[in-house]
Amino acid sequence: MNNLLVMPMAIPVLAGILLIFLRPYVKAQRWISFFVMIANIGISIYLLNWIQTDGVQRLDFGGWQPPFGILFVADSFSVILVLTTSIVTAICLLYAFSSVEKSYENMFFYSFVNFLVAGVNGSFLTGDLFNLYVCFEVMLLASYVLIALGGRKVQLRESMKYLVINILSSWFFLIAIAYLYGTLGTLNMAHLSERIAESGQTPLLTVISIVFLTVFALKSGLLLYFWLPGSYSVPATAVSALFGALLTKVGIYVMIRTFTLLFYHEQQITHLLIGILAGLTLIGGSIGAIAYKDIRQIVAYNVIIAVGFILVGLAVATPEALEGSIYYLMHDMIVKALLFLLAGTMIIVTGETRIDYMSGLIRNYPLFGWIFFIVMLSLAGVPPLSGFIGKVLVGQGAVNSGSYILLALAFISSIFVLYSLLRVFLNCFWGETIISEEDEIPMKKGWLIPCVLLTAGTVILGLAAEPLAIYVQDAANTLMNPQIYIDAVLND
Amino acid sequence: MKINNVILRTVAKIVVFIILTLATYLFLAGHNSPGGGFIGGLVLASALVLLFIVYDIETVQKAIPVDFKKVAAFGAFLSVGTGFGALIFDVPFLSQSFAYFNLPFFGETELTTVTIFEAGVALVVVGVVVTIILSISEDV
Repeated sequence: MNNLLVMPMAIPVLAGILLIFLRPYVKAQRWISFFVMIANIGISIYLLNWIQTDGVQRLDFGGWQPPFGILFVADSFSVILVLTTSIVTAICLLYAFSSVEKSYENMFFYSFVNFLVAGVNGSFLTGDLFNLYVCFEVMLLASYVLIALGGRKVQLRESMKYLVINILSSWFFLIAIAYLYGTLGTLNMAHLSERIAESGQTPLLTVISIVFLTVFALKSGLLLYFWLPGSYSVPATAVSALFGALLTKVGIYVMIRTFTLLFYHEQQITHLLIGILAGLTLIGGSIGAIAYKDIRQIVAYNVIIAVGFILVGLAVATPEALEGSIYYLMHDMIVKALLFLLAGTMIIVTGETRIDYMSGLIRNYPLFGWIFFIVMLSLAGVPPLSGFIGKVLVGQGAVNSGSYILLALAFISSIFVLYSLLRVFLNCFWGETIISEEDEIPMKKGWLIPCVLLTAGTVILGLAAEPLAIYVQDAANTLMNPQIYIDAVLND
Repeated sequence: MKINNVILRTVAKIVVFIILTLATYLFLAGHNSPGGGFIGGLVLASALVLLFIVYDIETVQKAIPVDFKKVAAFGAFLSVGTGFGALIFDVPFLSQSFAYFNLPFFGETELTTVTIFEAGVALVVVGVVVTIILSISEDV
């Protein structure tokens, strides 16, 4: 028992509520939210080291023993993601300070960012399937508000679509949970895992697992990504960066969790299906990334390619491949946030959204241009940067298990990522400058500093792959051996 | 727009008190039998909505000068606060406790921390329902 476990969710909830009372004091709202994220970074680093020495930790709410009560479970995988979430959110908040309009900030913007983070962290930490549904809803309700905040016509159209899709998938989620509860009589994840292992994964359970797969595919944008490019391109830049970095990752996390802890017995059915979906996602995402000239669409399709790539690691399901997926998840959260911030800033300084109307930005904003170049290399997986290690490990796992088609698709998609971003770089940053000295909108420090910090993040993550390896290996080890998780929850 | 609805007004004056009593009863019953903060709050909110229908919004807001968004926020704060209260006593988050006290007039009474939590829930429900009703009525 240690109450620290619930803090990554409880502190943002409390802060979000307090900020409602501080509505007129925008400065106070900004810094309280920022310090909440900093506190979360500290807590998750402490938890991560604590898990290495004392194993997987749990907290039973209200003292109700599992499997009867609801509990939070912290293993390395979930805490790594909580840590990355806190870092990315802190930096996106810095960007929001100087880019979000005052009128938005007065409309509870920071409260809802806090609620969003609470939902995301809760989804990572929970050890109960119904509680997971609740945390998902907390996250989604906050995201409905953030996507519609501003009330432009296009925002209302896209938020309507986003709302309908998510309500539908939440409904499917509830049905799947009801099926599982009806079949096994429990919703505690460790208890479920134990019971599925006892009874064997019967065909009925495999069907239920595919209902879950559909739900999480819809949430994470695995093949069912048709809603994603539209709804991620309409909100304010800082918000779309948060969405791109966090929301699909929650779906991916849950998919990895359920298909390594619960439904891992019939891999020739479920994991094959995940592999096929991941392959199709890579193809579809790659086509989308080079098909559009609207920079927001290009960036959104890059998110989809990454979803496919990370789930190749799950489909292959060897220890190296899962390690690779975990590295790539961290990398992708940082780099996608950066990519959305860069794209948003490019739109602000040029006033255009199409890449063929922008040109020569590197002459006006040299540092900004070079940051884009580094991001491009990082996403393509060039060695010292963070994309490399994840790609190598996923590739190694795919080779070891003989999944050559997925291997080929994963690496060809990297070339498409490189091509799509190189096209943006050549069109927008090289060539004749279109912004004259007088018209040049000065690059605010508040825009540039978050980008620099995230760039530093990708470089550090790439260079520090070795010191981080103990945490990632422990995370992959817990995923590969569900008994560790079960023992920590039920037999402790 | 003023409609002459003497009967409705006269009935509402009495009925509102009946509804409020029922809301209090449901709220307090909720601990061990059907009821609780959520439905107690809903019934309480329905009394307010009845007042909004019978009198106009301005009159009611003059009589109850509170911002219902803040009411909801305060309720949420109360509920989350009881969760944090557990930290002081070094027990798991959200732990609740109860004890029996001899109160004058009521006799031996069970007092629980869950009641504070439920009060928070009731306030959230009242705040949210009234805010929704008010913002819908603004459009009409």
